[in-house]
Order: sequence, then C-alpha cells, then structure tokens
Amino acid sequence: MLGLKFSDFALFMLVVLCVALAPILLNPFPASSELAQFNAGYPDLLQRFVIFGVFAVGFNILFGLTGYLSFGHAAFLGIGSYAAIWMMKLLTMNVIPAIILSVIVAGVFSLLVGYISLRRSGIYFSILTLAFAEMSYALAYSVLTPITGGETGLQPKLSDPRILDAELSAGESPAANLFGIGMRDSYIVNFGDWVFTFNAGYYIAGLFLLVAFYLSIRIFRSPFGTMLRAVKSNQNRMSYTGLNTKPYTLAAFVISGMYAGLAGGLLVAMDSQVGPERMFWTASGEVVLMTILGGAGTLIGPVLGAGAIKYMENILSKINETVLKGWFEFLPDAASEWVVLFLNMFTGKSWHLTLGLIFMLVVIFLPGGLVEGGQRIARLFGIGKKRNQTVESDSAASK
Amino acid sequence: MTKKTPELNRRGFIKATAAGALVTGAPTIFTSKAYGYANDPGSASSVTLGFNVPQSGPYADEGADELRAYELAVEHLNGGGDGGMLNTFSSKALSGAGILGKEVKYVTGDTQTKSDAARASARSMIEKDGAVMITGGSSSGVAVAVQALCQEVGIIFMAGLTHSNDTTGKDRKANGFRHFFNSYMSGAALAPVLGNAYGKDRKAYHLTADYNWGYTTEEAVTQATEAMGWETVNTVKTPLKETDFSSYIAPVLQSDADVLVLNHYGGNMVNSLTNAVQFGLRDKMVNGKQFEIVVPLYSRLMAKGAGANVKGIYGSTNWHWSLTDEGSKAFVKSFGEKYGFPPSQAAHTCYVQTLLYADACERAGSFDPCAVVEALEGFEFDGMGNGKTLYRAEDHQCFKDVLVVKGKENPDNEFDLLEVVEVTPVDQVMYEPNHPQMGGAEATLGSCNAG
Repeated sequence: MLGLKFSDFALFMLVVLCVALAPILLNPFPASSELAQFNAGYPDLLQRFVIFGVFAVGFNILFGLTGYLSFGHAAFLGIGSYAAIWMMKLLTMNVIPAIILSVIVAGVFSLLVGYISLRRSGIYFSILTLAFAEMSYALAYSVLTPITGGETGLQPKLSDPRILDAELSAGESPAANLFGIGMRDSYIVNFGDWVFTFNAGYYIAGLFLLVAFYLSIRIFRSPFGTMLRAVKSNQNRMSYTGLNTKPYTLAAFVISGMYAGLAGGLLVAMDSQVGPERMFWTASGEVVLMTILGGAGTLIGPVLGAGAIKYMENILSKINETVLKGWFEFLPDAASEWVVLFLNMFTGKSWHLTLGLIFMLVVIFLPGGLVEGGQRIARLFGIGKKRNQTVESDSAASK
Repeated sequence: MTKKTPELNRRGFIKATAAGALVTGAPTIFTSKAYGYANDPGSASSVTLGFNVPQSGPYADEGADELRAYELAVEHLNGGGDGGMLNTFSSKALSGAGILGKEVKYVTGDTQTKSDAARASARSMIEKDGAVMITGGSSSGVAVAVQALCQEVGIIFMAGLTHSNDTTGKDRKANGFRHFFNSYMSGAALAPVLGNAYGKDRKAYHLTADYNWGYTTEEAVTQATEAMGWETVNTVKTPLKETDFSSYIAPVLQSDADVLVLNHYGGNMVNSLTNAVQFGLRDKMVNGKQFEIVVPLYSRLMAKGAGANVKGIYGSTNWHWSLTDEGSKAFVKSFGEKYGFPPSQAAHTCYVQTLLYADACERAGSFDPCAVVEALEGFEFDGMGNGKTLYRAEDHQCFKDVLVVKGKENPDNEFDLLEVVEVTPVDQVMYEPNHPQMGGAEATLGSCNAG
C-alpha cells in the first residue's frame, strides 16, 4: 500500500490518525477542571508539535542513518524562515510560495555548508556545522540587520509591497493564509465541558508532516537508505571497496537541510515573524535532544521526541508556584510548603531540570529512546512480538 | 492478525463517540470570528490577564521584579492590600472591585528574552487561558514581536520595559501601548545636563551594544549631543554576549576622546563600566579636561551590579523609588511592605501599565480592544509617579518628565545608589510622531484589531 510494506503502512496510518485526532486526544481534561493545565490541544502548541516533528524527522535522516552529528541544523531552519518571511513581505501572504522558497533556499545553503563540512567526520564535522550556525546567527543578529531586522526580527507590515495580493481594506492587517483560509481560523467545538479547537493552520502543517514522514519512510527503506546505514556502520570499508561515499552523505545532508527549511517556512506560515535566536546553538542542540530522546534511527522516534520536548517547554514551564500552591492547599501548611518548594524545582522556570533528568534516564536506561521504551512495554504484555522482530532487525541494521 | 484488533477497537471507539455526540445533542460549533472580540470574558465572573516576563536568561532579575509588581497590581485591583496608586491616580474609575465587576486573575509565561519563546508563551496565554491583555517583557526585540502578535490576534499589549525607539516608532501598532520612555527622550534629557556639567566642546567615543536598542540609543545620544556642539570621535559596536570589554576600552585611550558613552544595558553595562574604571579612564586628563563616562539608560539593578564604579556617572531613568510625589510614595510603601525592598523602574512601569489598562476598560465599559484603544488614546493622567502624563494618540507612547540621575557618592544603603539630578520637563523631550528617528513618515499605527 502506497509502496510500503504492511508494518510501515500501519505505522504511517497510526501517525495519520494521531495527527487528525490530536486536537481531541491532547485535550483529555474538561476546560474547567484543575487538570486542564495539562491540556496541550491548543493551536499554537499543536502547530509546534508537527513543525518540530518535521524538523526532527529531517534531522534523523542525517543523524539516524549516516551517524553524522550536525550541531548546526537550526541555521537551515532560520534561513528557511527568513526566506519565507521575505516572500510574504514582497510577494503574497499566501503560504505556498513562502514554503516553497524556504525549502529551496535552505537546500542551497545546506549544499554549501555540507560540501565544506563533510570533508571531515566525527567531532570535526560537528564543530564545523556548529561554526556555520553560529556564523549565521551572528550575521542575522547584527551584521545583516537591514535584511534580517537584527534582534527585533521581521514581521509583515502594512507598508510591505506584497505585489500579488489585493489591496487590504481599511482596518485589515496582513494575515498568512492559504487561498483565503487564514492560518488562525479555527472551529471550536464545545462538547459538554470539553472544548476542542480545530485549527486550519494546524491541519495544513500536519499535512506537511505526513508528507515529510512518508518520504522519510521511503528513504529509510530505499537502497539509498541502506547506503547511508552502511556509511554509519563502517565508512572506511565503503571507501576501500572503491565507493565514494561523499555524494551519499552530501545528499542526506541536503535533504535534512531542506526538511529544516520546510520547518522554518512552516513556522513563519503559522506565526509570521522571525527572530535570529531561532538559529542560536541551543536551538540546534534541541533537535539533537529531540532525536535522541525519541530514538535516533527509528522512524517515529524523532516525532515523539519533538512532542515530548515541546510539551515540557510549553506546559511544564507554566506550572508556577501559585499553581502548585493551589494544588496542595489540602495538605497541612508546613507539608504543603515543602511539597511546593520541592516540586517548584522541577516545574515553572526550572523545567529544564526535568528535561535534563528525563534525558539522562532515557540515555542510561533506554538507549533506543522512547521508542525502545514503547517496545519494552509492548513486550511486557506479550503483544506486537512479530513487529518487534522487524523493528529489531531495523535497528540491528542501523547499528 | 495482531494488528487488526486494536484498529477495530479504535474504529469502534470513534463510532461510539459519534453516537454519544448525537445522543447528548449536537455540539455547539462556531469559528473564532463569531465572537464579538477575541477572548470576550462574557458573563464569566473573572477576567484573565497574561503576564509575559523573562523568568530565565539575562534579564531574569528584571522579570522577577516585574512579576512582583504585577501580583501587587492584581491585589490592588481586586481590593486587597492598601490600594497603592489607586488612591493617587487622577482617574477614579477603579474602585477595587476588579475590572468591570469581574475578579482579576492572571497567568504567567516565560519570554526567555527570545522573541520566539515570548510569542509562543503569549499565544498559549491567549489561546489556552483566554487572556484579554498581554503585558511585560524586558527587551525591545521581544516587545516588538509580541506587540505584532497582539495586533494580529486582536489583543491589547501593554509593553513592559522596552526603551528602543522602534517599539512606538517604526514598529508601532494600534493594539500596543508603551508607558516606558525611549532612546530619543534619554538623549534629549541628557544632552543639556551633560553640556552644563562637562562643557559644550567635548569629544565623545561610543561603545554600543550590537543590537536594535543599542543602535537607536546611539543615534539618539549622538544627535542630541552633536546638536549641542559635541563631536563624535568614533562609534564601536560590541557583541551583546561580550563579558570582557578591555579590548574595546584600550582604543579609547589611544583616541583623543574625552567622554565615553556606554550604550549598554544590564550585565553588559556592569562589565563595560567596570572595565573602563579599572583602566583608569576616570582619572585621566585629555585635552586639558577630566575624562568622563556616561550611561544613557540606568537602572537600580545595574547600579547595584557595578557597585562603587557608578559614583558620579550620569544617566537617565524612567522612575526612581526615591521620588517624593504622592503616587511614588504610595507605590514604594505597598511594594516595600509586601516584599521588603523598594521596587525597580521595571516594576513601576509594569504596575502602572496594568492599572492604566484596567482603568481604560472601566472607562470604556468593555474589554473590547477597540474600545480600550479609544479610551487610552490621548488619555491624560497624573498621580502615577511621573507627574502629568499623556498617552499620545498618534504613536501610543507616554509623554512625561524624564529623570536625569547620577551615581550617588555616599549611598546610605544598598538600594540608595542613584540620586536624581534633574527632572527634565516633558516639553523638552517631546518630538513629532513622524520624527526621522521614529520611522519617519512611513510609520503608522494601522487600525485597532478586535480579533
């Protein structure tokens, strides 16, 4: 089906279903309950889930398959974003040209960076990509301020040319759209005490995730993918057999750069603004975390990792002291104070600590990431044995 | 085969859900546009404000102080505490019974001083928590980014600490308002004081933080001082993340400049000033004149960081807790009683912004952003610590007196670090809405967006 074998097709269908139902699945708690704090089904976060999913899926094609650890992927995301916003400012607020250009520009730039960086491997490759990303960040932050808007970044303005768009009527501000469907348009369904928001922008971004995910499955299962895995397992052996590996690694690098550009373009499409900190090295580190947390070299892992990190960043960080106090009011004063003090070390502004702990636990106990965790649980209940074998043979091949 | 069972289950589940939906009656479906305006609290008994401040990153100290001020403002709006500035505010629309009879609640978010993160947390407060107003921030980049977001979604934005001209200059928006002063006002207020203190034939050397705020401040100060007769010898940009400025200070000694202007803020300023003093700049004589240092934007938190090095150094500030007008006294008293130390200028501007928003809603009789914009435009008020103040309709910037301050020679305690040298009257810092430093003729507010 769709050129996929059954297990891959089932996985793909599962992803399709999750993307389609995410606004419901991620809003399990009634809006008025205390637990509504943990609901993640609002448009901004849903959009971030799928966009960073695209980013991580692309990164995984390079890191998961070839083992080349790029520490500068945020640069491609940022460049894609800048390309997209300029398209919106100059041409039209329709997101299609913006997204297309962001992919192309990021592809060209990654060709340049990849051509130079891939002359080295291992840590030297990582450092080279990091250097390029930092350079791009510095350029965007200050040197190229006339083009990038410096620290302030860029937003669409009333005075932009937008040559393809019709004149805005009075009081209207330029809004990103797809042939008239606004990215912010939502259908809100009230179902008893539950509120579900079905956002147009989210479903458009979700569609891109599905395409990106499908392509990634095809790449994983293709001879090209096998070649990339061979690079990871022993590049020297490949070279001794007389094969030039560079075109393969460069192709993987450019593909993952284009994925990053697509993610950047989608970010702009959903929320039309760009700032240089999008290219900062911590942003590059984040996608590495996402991929490893979810499971490098697996198909679904990066998407899970992206979701987990964005969830913690947006939900955990909002649980501040006042919220905690509200939860533990029922305890005696002294006890509630200690509990709040203790939990406050892991939530609110200290959410990074929780992320760090989870990351350590995953790396130590589940080297295969969340995907391995899922497999272990499945094995515990004695289901999915058949699938386990295929997945294991995958990961064996990728080692 | 094992795969099939869960899929059937899932399908069954969806069927059951759909059936359940039919049984419980058709769910109400409407688009976001069907509201009168974005996040209309309707008949709810409370209204939610969104406080978006840096809780991590370089400006976390300012953010923490802003959050304290917000909590105090909410307390006063809901009738708690001693009422603070509600008693001295010239508009008497607020009674301490919340806003329009609704209890004020709030949610907080972390901007991380990054525009992406700031927009994400603002969007989550708007989309998830239904905030009717977003306020806060401690950087101009963040303020401009969040202001643009609020314009797009139709929410009011009350800027926190942002000093760059652009916030109400070339990036001004109809839904955004700024109480804090700006680079132009700093330059215009400082120049005459510097002229009197140091003479009108000085040669200035600028070190400027390499980002938007640094540029507009450098531009404002060079233009204001050059108009007075000073000469600008050189302007050098320094990376924002720099912590050791010695390599930038050494060339100052080689030039024949006799004034060093540090367009730096926060930790940058603490480090560059400390380096400059260590290099003995202040003991030098150049062109037969004593070498001087100027810091255009001062804050108490910075003065604390730089310690004894700030003694005698001129700068400007939006507000200082040692002011003796009724509004300032009331605010310092209730803040001090609650937290045990005096508020910073960031805390002051955030507190005032919250009250101004609440007052505007009360006077407009609605939370509708367009009604609030109308109520705030051209609004004149007093009793908020800066004397008579105008919210100008053309650019949504507050016009008020500007304080020129100097590092105190003999501070009495750890908070008493700055002394007010002069209160520059508002007429002297006034400018045309389409001033070239403010984006020129191209800059427009657009019109208000109610979502």
